[in-house]
Amino acid sequence: MIPSGLPDAEAALAALVERMRPAVAHDAAFVGIYSGGAWIAERLAARIPGNHPLGFIDVSYYRDDYALSGLKANAKRTALPFDVAGSTIVLIDDVLYTGRSVRAAINELFDFGRPERIELAVLVDRGGRELPIEATYAGARVAVARDLSIVLSRDPGGTLSLGVEPLSGVA
Amino acid sequence: MSRNPQLGRNGELVHLLTLEGLPAEVITHILDTAEPFASLGERDVKKVPLLRGKAVFNLFFENSTRTRTTFEIAAKRLSADVINLNIGASSTSKGETLLDTVDNLCAMNADMFVVRHSQSGAPHLIASHLTAMGRSHVHVVNAGDGRHAHPTQGLLDLYTIRHYKKDFRGLTVAIVGDVLHSRVARSLIHGLTTMQTAQVRVIAPRTLVPAQMEALGVKVCNDAREGLRDCDVVVMLRLQNERMKGALLPSPGEYFKNYGLTGEKLALAKPDAIVMHPGPMNRGVEIDTPVADGARSVILPQVTFGIAVRMAVLSIVAAN
Repeated sequence: MIPSGLPDAEAALAALVERMRPAVAHDAAFVGIYSGGAWIAERLAARIPGNHPLGFIDVSYYRDDYALSGLKANAKRTALPFDVAGSTIVLIDDVLYTGRSVRAAINELFDFGRPERIELAVLVDRGGRELPIEATYAGARVAVARDLSIVLSRDPGGTLSLGVEPLSGVA
Repeated sequence: MSRNPQLGRNGELVHLLTLEGLPAEVITHILDTAEPFASLGERDVKKVPLLRGKAVFNLFFENSTRTRTTFEIAAKRLSADVINLNIGASSTSKGETLLDTVDNLCAMNADMFVVRHSQSGAPHLIASHLTAMGRSHVHVVNAGDGRHAHPTQGLLDLYTIRHYKKDFRGLTVAIVGDVLHSRVARSLIHGLTTMQTAQVRVIAPRTLVPAQMEALGVKVCNDAREGLRDCDVVVMLRLQNERMKGALLPSPGEYFKNYGLTGEKLALAKPDAIVMHPGPMNRGVEIDTPVADGARSVILPQVTFGIAVRMAVLSIVAAN
């Protein structure tokens, strides 16, 4: 069941590349938020010219819903193979919704050092913010019912696609 | 119908009291959760905010340096506030009961108790008391009780074995020494059998093996050379002099000759066998210095892994 409003993931990615290419600093590090954001960060690093160190972040330990939903097993290992202090970082996520994951990711980045600047790139912005956070770059903007969650998946060939499923727990 | 008192209604870990009866999936969940915590040392700020604002009380009714310190570090890396109480030297010596002490600390808004006690069952008693008093949001972690259990030591031993050997199912693990007095051995044996370790051997003189050891599913060897043959993992236990009552052993020298781990005895195990020890070590009593400091010794990594494992336990129970 795909609402007519949901964009094609590969087209949204191409649009995101076009928005970032002229604007993003040539040495900005790309940091993907697990798991969907990590896939997008890899694709962006391959398609946007410049020297972009690639990092990954798992925000499990920084989420504000820990007391509500506990700790997921198998948190991925945050890996930032560059000096965070003084760096320009583009945080990358698949879907921007409440803004809580981004808040958690920013907090985690600061525990590695003091970045010079942090920008935010997302494949899809679905509105519904609960925090004063906005995307610097967005591939597409969509409206989806509040009780649905947008889910990014990747097939074995690496092609991305978007779908929806009922929202479970806190976004 | 009695439920496992450390598990909640949905099988989630609420307290950690013993590894006995703890399902394999709960153990695996703890070990998996510990893995990313092990790399926290690479950060500028070696902390995560999971337990920010929580008060963890270290209740040590019995001496410990390593366990208390690593619990303290684990709680602090999770951003909890840690209060260390050396109870032996305070209220109980003035006559306060264990449960009165607990009630007083609850009145100070404790969120978690890490308990070490010389009496087996003390952490269990505290956990039942908290439930009876309607304080089910307060959690208990056993840091060693009498001869009964030392579950976080058992878990860090399992973590170490999994780290170096990957899968338990093909392994032969030998536990050598004073099994009679060892809660470490008991917890590790329960953990290893739950994780379907191929063979667990206990190597000790007859006087240091508890009765009915075989009922736990282990093979008992009184001859160290026979027992060490083809092992993948050798876990040495400390000779607990302070717990020795009566003439259980002829002399430390005699013990070292028969059971002390030397290079010559270790050569009987597999060439890639690892050597573990929960500490503190008695060099020249249960383990020879060249083995303790040798290439196959993982005794110091055990200590480091212990912090990550305790972080996993604290963060899992705190959320349930």
